[in-house]
Amino acid sequence: MAALDLVNIQKSFGTTQILHDISIGIADGEFLVLVGPSGCGKSTLMNVIAGLEEPTAGSVRLDGQDITALPPAERNVSMVFQSYALYPNMTVARNIEFPLRMHKVDKALRAERVRSVAKLLQIEHLLERKPRQLSGGQRQRVAIGRALAREPRLYLFDEPLSNLDAQLRLDMRTEIKKLHQRLGATILYVTHDQIEAMTLATRIAVMKGGVVQQFGTPYEVYNRPANTFVAGFMGSPRMNLMPARLAGSDGALALTIGGDAHVGQRIELPPETGGLSGYNGREVIAGIRAEAVSLVRDGAAVGPKQRAIEARVVVIEPTGADTLAVLDLGGHEFTARLEPDTALKPGQEARFLVDVAKLVCFDPQTQQLIA
Amino acid sequence: MAEHASRALAFERVLLYAVLLFLALLFLLPVYVMVVNSFKPLDEIRGGDLMSLPGTWTIAPWLSAWSTAQIGVQPTGLRPYFLNSFLLVVPAVAISTLIGALNGYILTQFRFRGAALLFAAMLFSVFIPFQIVLIPMAKTLGVLGLAGTVKGLVFVNVVYGIGFTTLFFRNYYAAFPYELVRSARMDGAGFFGVLLRILLPNSAPIIIVTVIWQFTNIWNEFLFGASFSDFSSFPLTVALNNLVNSSTGIKEYNVHFAGAFIAAVPTLVVYVLSGKYFVRGLMAGSVKG
Repeated sequence: MAALDLVNIQKSFGTTQILHDISIGIADGEFLVLVGPSGCGKSTLMNVIAGLEEPTAGSVRLDGQDITALPPAERNVSMVFQSYALYPNMTVARNIEFPLRMHKVDKALRAERVRSVAKLLQIEHLLERKPRQLSGGQRQRVAIGRALAREPRLYLFDEPLSNLDAQLRLDMRTEIKKLHQRLGATILYVTHDQIEAMTLATRIAVMKGGVVQQFGTPYEVYNRPANTFVAGFMGSPRMNLMPARLAGSDGALALTIGGDAHVGQRIELPPETGGLSGYNGREVIAGIRAEAVSLVRDGAAVGPKQRAIEARVVVIEPTGADTLAVLDLGGHEFTARLEPDTALKPGQEARFLVDVAKLVCFDPQTQQLIA
Repeated sequence: MAEHASRALAFERVLLYAVLLFLALLFLLPVYVMVVNSFKPLDEIRGGDLMSLPGTWTIAPWLSAWSTAQIGVQPTGLRPYFLNSFLLVVPAVAISTLIGALNGYILTQFRFRGAALLFAAMLFSVFIPFQIVLIPMAKTLGVLGLAGTVKGLVFVNVVYGIGFTTLFFRNYYAAFPYELVRSARMDGAGFFGVLLRILLPNSAPIIIVTVIWQFTNIWNEFLFGASFSDFSSFPLTVALNNLVNSSTGIKEYNVHFAGAFIAAVPTLVVYVLSGKYFVRGLMAGSVKG
């Protein structure tokens, strides 16, 4: 197991730049998820780390050792592919021991390794089968087994769950997380699924257009997104983003959402506003998570960090665990995550509470978080 | 209504089978003529009816064609030339297939400058008529010291076959899952490791197609055989031609028929043994799996 450092990685194909100056470092035993929409360069970055593609500039370091020029086989890095990439002509046992055979590990040790990996992944009964005789989930386990057999310094997972059906995907996600906890392995995992990213990662790098938009813990990425792209990409439902006007005096700033300063659309901010004071009198983009909005309950006191707003209900979407309500606030729609037993009806006007501790603001020009 | 429809369907069926049967007979007729006449004494053939079964069955024409018939000036039968053809076909097929696999691997798995152009050039060789290369090839064989030998014919057929075999393997490997190759490289397989352990073991359909194609073409090939070999190295096709054209006075049609059939047997055997793979191979890649 090893720490991974990417230093100023750039990659171009001809005149098209795919990766722009990427620098990320993770410690030994971390689970880094690269997440972003398709075409954001995350798979290219993984290929650079695997050694399957050469970066145009920059270096890849594993435990301080520069491995940029090493061929993939000598990096001691294992990869699990989206399509599993099991060798169809070999049995499961042969597949698992293939990397060991290629590295001339002796036979007794190979057999021992296959046995222990198979036991760990509970695929002992499948060892003599060919990949085509396996189900999707079993293939996935074998692919992981092959990666484990080498005891690599770093594991790469390239969208490993995308080919599984929904239920199995959740199960395997838990399996992978368990495996990480048990092995303490350093893992780099690529996905376009932000829920996978949130659940698995100890650190997330959100990418778009070949640029790392934000690199941080799931908590940071979720609660303090670095820009409006991250805010909109991470979380389901996505963070509500609404244009707002900031006004008032220092220490008593307030956001007004929508055109007129109707009292129900005014949100007074707590006194410690940081960088926001520089935006007094200007437009900003207010970001509010759906779960930071709740319905005012009769008789319940308004907390010190809560502000009341008035909004009209547009749509109610029950999900079972909770109910999503699309609200209209001064002409802007936003989503609130409410109790499942809410009695609200579409068209109804109601009072809601906004948790201002969870409210963030973005600069409308740069789209960056105002810290 | 339903009965009417089913009756119409039955009629169509009958018509379909009738047509198919007729066409099958049409194709089999020459084979029939060859076989029945090869078992007749020469007198019966001269008597006129090519279609009738032999009055007296004899295997003498087959024995003659195989071991005693006059080929050119030698009364050796086809036997030594049958051997020549085998010595030609086996290495020529093996080498051209392996080179085709290697080319297909390189052209598809390594993105290098000019790969498309190189492939186009190799593809072009498929469309060059044999006659055009005769004189340059004769010169080349002379320089290599291979003129008039079976080895020389192996060389010619390998060179000429590479265009086809490369085409087959290149198209097969272009559809080969790229992740398998990447995975093997990460697992530590080298240049030949990937080819020998991953690509070739998963290439059975295209190997069979290529082998059948090359075997049939080289076995039946006449022009190169006639141009680049001498009495000791004639392939079977040339020997068969010499058998038929040997002017010893009488035309032994029954021996000719037997000889032609002997020449056709190996390709028939190859088709019968692997025909189903051939069809399957031509379809490979059209559906998943």
